[in-house]
This record gives sequence, C-alpha cells and structure tokens, in this order.
Amino acid sequence: MRTTFSPDQLKDPMVSESEAILRKCVHCGFCTATCPTYVTLGNELDSPRGRIYLIKDMLENNRPADEKTVKHLDRCLSCLACTTTCPSGVDYMHLIDNARAYIEKTYDRPMMDKIIRAILVNVLPYPKRFRLALRFAQIGRPFAGLFKQVAAFKPMGAMLDLAPKSIPSDTSSANPGTRAAKGKKRARIAILSGCAQPVLNPAINQATMDLLNRFDVEVVVPEGEGCCGALTHHMGREHVAHQSAKNNVDVWTREIENGGLDAIIITASGCGTTIKDYGHMLRDDPEYAVKAKRVSELAKDITEFLSTLELPKITRDEEMVVTYHSACSMQHGQKITNHPKDLLRAAGYTVREPAEGHLCCGSAGTYNIMQSEIADKLKTRKVSNLERTKPDVIAAGNIGCITQIGSGTDIPIIHTIELLNWAYGGPKPSGLN
Amino acid sequence: MTELIKFLEPSAQIISKRSSIISGLAEILPDDCLITDERELVPFETDAFIAYRRLPLAVVLPETTEQVAEVVKYCHEHEVPIVPRGAGTSLAGGAIPQEDAIVIGLSKMNRILDVDLANRCAVVQAGVTNIAISQETDSEGFFYAPDPSSQLACTIGGNIGMNSGGAHCLKYGVTTNNLLGLKMVMFDGTVIDLGGKALDMPGYDLIGLLCGSEGQMGIITEATVKLLAKPEGAKPVLFGFDTPEDAGRCVRDVIGAGIIPVAIEYMDKPAIEICEAFANAGYPMDVEALLIVEVEGSEAEMDAMLDKIIDVAKTHNVKTVKESQSAFEAALIWKGRKSAFGATGRIADYMCMDGTVPLSQLAFVLEGTAKIIEKYGLRVANVFHAGDGNMHPLILFNMNDPEESIKAEQAGMDILRLCVDAGGCLTGEHGVGIEKRDLMTHQYSKEDLDQQMAVRAAFDPQWIFNPSKVFPLEVREDA
Repeated sequence: MRTTFSPDQLKDPMVSESEAILRKCVHCGFCTATCPTYVTLGNELDSPRGRIYLIKDMLENNRPADEKTVKHLDRCLSCLACTTTCPSGVDYMHLIDNARAYIEKTYDRPMMDKIIRAILVNVLPYPKRFRLALRFAQIGRPFAGLFKQVAAFKPMGAMLDLAPKSIPSDTSSANPGTRAAKGKKRARIAILSGCAQPVLNPAINQATMDLLNRFDVEVVVPEGEGCCGALTHHMGREHVAHQSAKNNVDVWTREIENGGLDAIIITASGCGTTIKDYGHMLRDDPEYAVKAKRVSELAKDITEFLSTLELPKITRDEEMVVTYHSACSMQHGQKITNHPKDLLRAAGYTVREPAEGHLCCGSAGTYNIMQSEIADKLKTRKVSNLERTKPDVIAAGNIGCITQIGSGTDIPIIHTIELLNWAYGGPKPSGLN
Repeated sequence: MTELIKFLEPSAQIISKRSSIISGLAEILPDDCLITDERELVPFETDAFIAYRRLPLAVVLPETTEQVAEVVKYCHEHEVPIVPRGAGTSLAGGAIPQEDAIVIGLSKMNRILDVDLANRCAVVQAGVTNIAISQETDSEGFFYAPDPSSQLACTIGGNIGMNSGGAHCLKYGVTTNNLLGLKMVMFDGTVIDLGGKALDMPGYDLIGLLCGSEGQMGIITEATVKLLAKPEGAKPVLFGFDTPEDAGRCVRDVIGAGIIPVAIEYMDKPAIEICEAFANAGYPMDVEALLIVEVEGSEAEMDAMLDKIIDVAKTHNVKTVKESQSAFEAALIWKGRKSAFGATGRIADYMCMDGTVPLSQLAFVLEGTAKIIEKYGLRVANVFHAGDGNMHPLILFNMNDPEESIKAEQAGMDILRLCVDAGGCLTGEHGVGIEKRDLMTHQYSKEDLDQQMAVRAAFDPQWIFNPSKVFPLEVREDA
C-alpha cells in the first residue's frame, strides 16, 4: 500500500515501524472475512482492513485520535484472526498496539470510560484487589440489569454478570517455592501464576504442577512474579505494561541464572502471546533487550511443552467427547493449533472441533466488559457452534474464554490441562462433578 | 501523483447539495447504516485496485432489499450517482467510488436465506461470501462451484457483477453458468425477480445479460445459485517444467486431446517462490514453470485421467510429477495458489492483470509478457488459470515510487493489448472496472461500444450506476 510519511515523521520509531507494516498491506480484503466484528457488524470500518486504513490516515496526518477512529479501534478484539488469514504477512498485532498507545497519548476519553479503565487497570492485575472486588461483585450481581440500562454504565453491568458465583479459597498453587520432580529430574521450569487466573481458578496451575512433577519436571513458582502486562498493554498503557514486563523479566532472569530454566510455562494463552512478545516490547531498552528476548524464547504454552515430553498413549474405558475451543491467543496469537488436540487424543479423549473455530468467543481480555454488546453476540454464536458438536465437556486453554463461554452454557468447560492431569492419574476436575 | 485513467468530473451541483442528500438518506436508513464522517469515509476510497482512490459523498450499508430500493429511488430522483460495493476485493477498481457518488455496500446483507437440496440450489443475500455457500452445504455433500481466489472474502453480489471465475471453472463454468435467479433493484427503485429454482426461464436470458454488468444495470440484492454434488475424490497433481513454453504447450495439448480436468493452474518460478514461502505446500523449486492439475472422481477415474495427462506431459519434457498424498497436502497446494496475489505483497506492491487468450497462444503471450516487462525494467510473477487461458501476470513494483507506478500501469496496458492482439480479450474474470476501461476501444469498434451502451442505457437511462467504469469517457462524449 502506498504511504506518504515525511522523513521527519519516520524518525519516530513507532511511526517507522507502523509504516513498514502498512507497506506490506496490499488491501486485498481477505482479512475482513475472518474478522469477528466485521462478520457481526458488516461494516468495513470494523474490519482489519478498515482499521488499518484509519490508523494509516491518523498517523500520516499526524492527527490526534478522534472519537470515530477510537470507536472502531476500540471495537477490535485483538484476536489476531486477521494475521492468520493475511497472505501478505501484515503484522497487525504491532500496528494496533502502536495505535492504542497513540490513542492513549492523544485522546481524551469520556469520564465514565476513564473511570472504568482505571478500575480495570488498578484491580484486575492484582490478585488480592481482584478477589476483594469479586466479593463486592457477588453482592452487586442483582443490580447488573439496572446498570446495563444506561449506556455509560454498561461495562459495570457486564462486570457484575461475569463475576463467578463462588470464589475458590485454596490459592496455595500460587505460593512461591519449588515443587520437586517425582523421579529423576528431566527439566526445570518456571510457571507463570498470573493475576486473574489464580483467583478465578487456582486448580489450573495446581493440575499443571502435579502433572509436570509426575513426569519428572521440577516446577518453580518464582518470588515476585506479577501480571504479564497484557491487560494494560491492550489498553495502550505502554509504560505500565513495560513495567510489568520488566518485573517478570527480572524475576525469571534470576531463575535462569540460578538453577537454569528449560522453559517458562504459561497456562493462559492470552498471557503467553504477550510474554512471547516481551523481546519486541523491550527491544529498544538497552538494559532489557537481551534479557527480554531470552525470556520470550523460553516462554511456552503448557501444551507446547507437554508435546516435547512424549506422554504415553492411553485408552479410556468410557468414551468422553471433548470439544476443543481454541483461544484466539492460542491459534492466532501463538499459532498453536494441533498440540492441545493431539494431547487430548493421546490421553484417550474423543476430540471434536466446532464450526467457525477461528472466530473469537468475545472474551478478549476486558473486551466482554468494555464492548459487552458485541461480546454477547459473539458468545451466543460461539456457544451455539460448540453445543452443536454435542460434547460431554468443552476444553480450552485460556481463563478468559473459560469464563466467557462458561457464562453462556450448561456444558462444563474445563482447562485442557485439568483434563490431561485427570487422564494421567490426577483428580477429576471439580467442574465435572 | 499523475493518473493515467481519468474519472468523470464530479458534479459540483450534487456536491453542493451534500448535506441535504445526507438528511434524505438518514430518513431512509437506521443510524449505523449511514456513514458520512469524512474520516470514516476514507477506508472506502478504494478496493483491491489501490492505484486509484476517490472519497465518496457517503456510504450506505442497507440491511434489506427495501432499504436498497429506497436509497436507489432517492438517488434516481436527485440524480446522485451510485457505486455498489460487495467486499471491495475488485482488482479492476470496480468498487472505487467518485466524489459525487453514494456507495451502496451490501456487507450487512450476509445471510444465506434458503438451502434447497432437493432442487440443488441456495438462495443467498448479495453480501454472502462465495465460500460461505460451500461451507454451509459441505456436510450435506454439496458445493458452489465458481471459486475465485478471493472466495474467502469476495461476495456473491460482486461475483455476479464481474461474472467471476476461478480455478475450478475449467470444468464447472463461471458465475453465469451457476446462476438460477436474481432479485434486483432497478434504477428507479423498482424491485424485480428474475429466474427461480429451475434451470431456464421463459423469454430473454436477462440473467445472462445482467451477470457481468459491473454494477451498471441495477443493484443485485439476492441470488439463487446452483449447488453441485461434491465429487467422490479430488486431488491436485504438480507438473514441473524447465521452460514456460513446454508448460504452455502441454496445457494446449491436454485440452486439445479432449481431456478436461477440473483445474489447470500455472505458476512461473517467481510465483512458485512467493507461494511456497507463504504456504509451504511442497511445490518443486527446481523448475521454471509449474502446472497444478486437479483431477476428480473415483480413484480409478482419477488414475485413468492422470495417466493420459502424464502421457501428454511427457511429450513436453515434464521434469517432475508429484501427486498430493493427503487431503492436508491438497489443501496446502490450493492455499498457496489461492493466496498468490496477497502473498506477493510480502515482496513488493503488485498490479494484477487479467487477460484471456486462446490456449494455442499461451506460450507466445508468456514470452511477449516477459519482453514488455523487460522493456519497462520491472519484474513479473505469472500465476493463472491456464486451462481456460485466463492469464494473471502480477507486475511487481514500488508503489511509493511515482515513476515506477506509472511504468507498471503502462506495462499492464501493453500486456492487455498483447492479449487482445493474440485473439484474446481484456478480461477473464475481474471485469473491466476502471483499470481496463480505456482499452475497450482496442477490443471493440465504436459501433460495438455504441450498441453496448444502448443496452446499458435501457437499464439505467441516467447512467447513475457506477458511471465512471467500463466505457471510455471519449466514446461517451461522441455518443
């Protein structure tokens, strides 16, 4: 695509990176077809090609972000289905990241929007605050409908709707320390505890650690680990996101240098996409560039790592049909498509896939709070496609999708790792009882 | 930037009435179906022929045929030009707007209304993507045959407008051969239905006339398309050659021997490299030209046809023959081929040509194309539907270099003239649009064009539909 940036504009690294990305786009329009918001709204402005054009126009003209542009860019789920589809290799992820940071710097959001964003940024990444907030939310749940009647309060209503009915109390899986391998140690890994997941479902990482220990892998929960920064990153808060990234890089580097790490394991694919991008996020920071790149190279989704362990094949006595929901951050962000399904099959499950598997469920970080109307439509579509496969259980590798889809169906939805742990001698996932 | 192709001068009178036109449209349409903010109009200024762009007066995205009809009626009464848009994937600029025009985008009308397996047809809204029909009917054992490479995104409405083809049209025909019925909004807002679920209709074959009319005779809002039963099996086979001439003659002789496979696709070395880098399909890298030949039927039928094709290929020094070994491999072979244009974006900007030539002229035109490209000092990748002689040279250039951009356009025009001179025509499946408009006089005499314009005027007396396209401006001024 033709661009018209001046040499002066291109001196800004953000602009020059964006220009290089834009130049790859040939405007073929393939991306529109697999974009969840275009498919839902039928407006090119809410498609990747439309957004790319809006971003180009805004950056070329050196213009502060305006209400209309922000509206369409905010509607982007960052599901990255477009990057799977794009034949020309347009790096949409980094383009929209740049645009979000640019909006944050140049656009004055309406007051209510600011408040909601401030709440999310100051609560979600901190497990203690998040747990407390969920307790309040349980009290506030009956008022969700009221909030949803006023446009500006819709996100509040959506938040209350998403709050789980019960909050698990045993959070020991996030306690720092080393969990020893059962037999002769074959690998040593660090696991990301994360922020929202240990509050909503601590059993996921417990299952991961048990399974890894049983297959002779030593697991470290490093002291001082925090939120990966994905949430703030997607809100354009570059500085805060980079602080989170640096903190985790420091923590893991300490482990790498003391005892060594064969991998950094992530059990929420949304976080995985961001951690794998630390190398890019911190590339211009002389102190962190090398360390961050090393961390990104070690970052693995749990299913990627398990695939290297060659787990034994088992047969189940009773057939169990598992429909696998591939999180966008898994299939588009990290391009991991076969590992989870292969592992489930090897563990004896009958694996099915839904129609329109490439379409987002609407969770997308805080999207189901900020854009609840579109998120609800996507949820309904996703749940209907999943239910049509008649599964006994739905499996997914991302806590966001699990919460979102779980709020729309009676079929149990369980993290892939809990099903694997069960098959290989762990306890039956509580969600199946 | 210099532009070789001129658009009609926008009417100052219409532009001056912009705000009243917008209020008029706002009365017809729901809020989220009307786009008037200048910034929001920018993404609609072009399609996949990005060399040209024009900001429209407004964009409307109607949800029903009735809304389309009301918008058209309003535009007819106020003499406002209309440019229809499907998914905006036209490579000939068919959906590029103009400053005094309303864009009618059909993207919200994206529902499949009826799948009627007993009558082997489906009724769909115009904004349904081409591939969605096959996806919807796949589990029942059916598919919709025409398969433009952009089938993932392009819409049935656009396919009808351009009478689109695709790799598998060698056996199954192009859009017009797979169309049974249409719902169309006429220039004055009248809605008409043509055809139905049966194979033929009494009276004139108006569907045949409207299919390929490039959005100049009305706005199609629904179509009834044929569904075909999926073959028992299908497999693409790769044939590698040391020279483009050998590959070109092989195609001619396969067809000449009365063998009609489902598809014969051609790729030259640059195209093979581009597509392999994107799809990892296992294309042979040590050949100068590659044919993807797809055979279908039972195993025995496929083998029998393949044996015959291999015999012909041997007489043209075929270097490698490689059968796809699984459905996965077959899918990758087609993914690489169908993504060829977009994947070219990884190495350069490109302009895609669309001439069709008699099969006996394939080798000659390939050679001539190479000479033209050399003359302009550019690069080219050839990837096209060889079986029906529909050539797609991709001219590679740097769009940020104005001089090179002009050269690319000129080279493209020379190549299309060569296709016509070789007994072929300007367009196989992308349509004339804006891109090939001024070459129409190379293809047709003034008398021919006058007759075509008279037909057009019968459907659109004020010429409000897509007015800058298809017919060269100077021919109209004389008319």
